[in-house]
Amino acid sequence: MILLFVSLFSFSVNSNAKSITLGWAAWDPANALQELTKEFTSETGIEVNFEFVPWPNFADRMLNELNNKGKTFDLLIGDSQWIGAGAVYGHYVKLNDFFDKEGISMSDFSPATVYAYSTWPKGSKNYYALPAMGDALAWAYRKDWFDRPELKSEFKKKHGYDLGVPANWNQLHDMCKFFQGREIDGQKRYGAAINTERGSEGITMGVTAAMYAWGMEYENPNKPYDMEGYFNSPQAVEAVEFYRKLYEDCAPPGHSDAYMVANLDAYKSGQVAFQMNWYAFWPGVSKEDSDGRVSGFFANPKQNVAAATLGGQGISVVKYSDKQDLALEYIKWFARPDVQQKWWDLGGYSCHNDVLNSPSFPTSTVYAQGFLDSMGIVKDFWQEPTFVELMLPMQEAIHDYVVNGKGTAKGALDKIIEEWVEVFEADGKL
Amino acid sequence: MSVKKKFKGLSDKAVGWLFIGPTVLLLLAINIYPLVYAIKMSFTNFYANKIGREPQFVGLKNYIKVLNKEAIWEKMQVTASFMFWTLLLQAIIGLGLALLLNRKFKGNELLTTLIVLPMMLSPAVVGVFWTYLYNPQVGLFNYVVNFFYDLGSFDMIGSSTLAPWAIVIVDTWMWTPFTMLICLAGLRSVPNYLYEAAEVDRASKWQQFIYITLPSVLPFLLLALLFRGIENFKMFDMVVELTSGGPGSATELASINLKREAFEKWKTGYSSAFAVILFVTIFGFGNVYVKVMNKIKER
Repeated sequence: MILLFVSLFSFSVNSNAKSITLGWAAWDPANALQELTKEFTSETGIEVNFEFVPWPNFADRMLNELNNKGKTFDLLIGDSQWIGAGAVYGHYVKLNDFFDKEGISMSDFSPATVYAYSTWPKGSKNYYALPAMGDALAWAYRKDWFDRPELKSEFKKKHGYDLGVPANWNQLHDMCKFFQGREIDGQKRYGAAINTERGSEGITMGVTAAMYAWGMEYENPNKPYDMEGYFNSPQAVEAVEFYRKLYEDCAPPGHSDAYMVANLDAYKSGQVAFQMNWYAFWPGVSKEDSDGRVSGFFANPKQNVAAATLGGQGISVVKYSDKQDLALEYIKWFARPDVQQKWWDLGGYSCHNDVLNSPSFPTSTVYAQGFLDSMGIVKDFWQEPTFVELMLPMQEAIHDYVVNGKGTAKGALDKIIEEWVEVFEADGKL
Repeated sequence: MSVKKKFKGLSDKAVGWLFIGPTVLLLLAINIYPLVYAIKMSFTNFYANKIGREPQFVGLKNYIKVLNKEAIWEKMQVTASFMFWTLLLQAIIGLGLALLLNRKFKGNELLTTLIVLPMMLSPAVVGVFWTYLYNPQVGLFNYVVNFFYDLGSFDMIGSSTLAPWAIVIVDTWMWTPFTMLICLAGLRSVPNYLYEAAEVDRASKWQQFIYITLPSVLPFLLLALLFRGIENFKMFDMVVELTSGGPGSATELASINLKREAFEKWKTGYSSAFAVILFVTIFGFGNVYVKVMNKIKER
């Protein structure tokens, strides 16, 4: 009995000594990662504990942890916009020496993801994360409704072109409006579940999908942080006005503070013909197609240019961790091409070229081609260390204009620039 | 054994200090020190997330910035409107319910228990479940309203006109029982002989209410409103869960804005100045209110 107790106790001590904690958002891919990580534990004996935080609290929880130099997490899969703060404020371990030592080459990963998830300053050779989860904002639609002959002919008669994947945002609006208030199978349906959330980043991620497609630039490419005439250009203004029109004409009632989960719910419950969301959710949506629902997926439609809002994350080692060696071992394992392939198979979005360039990849799922297309045209919000300070005024001003119907699009963008100038001045950038 | 014997050799004053010492220390540590620190920070350009950057003294710049910012005054206006309507409704409904429950009837105790249930819930939980009640498609609130008046589909938390009323309704639903309980305590402390004397003098029920009930219950009602006023001035959780301060900034109360400035934008110096201004405001109003309340009591 004593021996048993001693052995159990020693096992517990050992397991605690060889364990790390990984923090991420609570969503479908996190469950896939948990599944995948079982192999890491069986290979290395290192236990991995997971702490998944719901999206609305994710940034608050993680950034507070980092700002307080917390030791809760050894590994963090942080949003792309955090990379600046992670590097500048010393929250993340710089991984260059480790990559060199272990023969991990960033050229093995998709360039767009390396740029977005790993580097600071942007485009430099300083790496603070390994691309972990490629993602972009895209669209899902009710293919089963689109395939109905009566709806197809009615749409064609009305608009003069086929009901199908929209070629641009104008067509998207036509199609969404076509379904708005329409009765299908005895139920009232609506056009599109789009991002309108106020609290974190939702409406910004949604409206920028339109703004990028209209050709908006955040700043003068030749004069950093010079935003006047770029962020509030006539194209940007038109895009914001269009987004409001899309919300007013096509969103289901009560969709005034909606982001990922609310969009999914509206779609899954059969309320809407379209939903805007991240690729991360498409495996789940596709798997759960039932009762006649058939989902189709497409990349963000172009308007003046082809562009999509970047999502996704890199995996970083937290500077304040006492177990950096174990955390690095996890990254070494995760970077392996065979592990990356399993990651994709389980529903994660690998950024490894071996996976993405495989001839079977585009047809491996119904959304794989869209993902490839999107990752070639992604654009991200500011990745500055002050990104939260930059995000909040945009959330407020855009929500005020789009949902609240207050003021003008130009006024909202001007107000955002005004706040951003203040942030950059306080940060010594202006 | 007397206290003096137990602490032999210690003076009464020393024993007294021994008792209140821990409380004083605790207050100094968790109330006074943060307050002094916040006042100090309010004169600097400190950003808590900018590690290694030394705060610099900026004088009254943060205060001037707060007071000159149009958005801050909008938030203060939203807060004032929220406080005015919640306090007014809670005073009227709370007093009405107290008058009702002060009568003896069958099921009185059960009804009292049911009425006070909302205030026992967590404000965050209340915020979350009211978002469902307000849902324009499946929400019970909208269904009930449409049952009486056919307004069709309306979005309580998505409309800038209705959202401020949405938070007023929820707060009133949740906290009217508190006002009611305090008023009920006041009503039960009114001696019965006053009413008997009034009846002898042939005073009508209305006159009894105006000249006996109301003056007796008024100090209690004012006390309840003081508590509710202070609470609603710093209202945060329920509104965040219900509307996140939206749509736009239609329901962004001063406390929500303060939290965003302090812990999302990390403008520590600026938000400290804002916090000090809010503190002085509520402290000033509180003091004036207490003085008025004491005068009413003395009458």
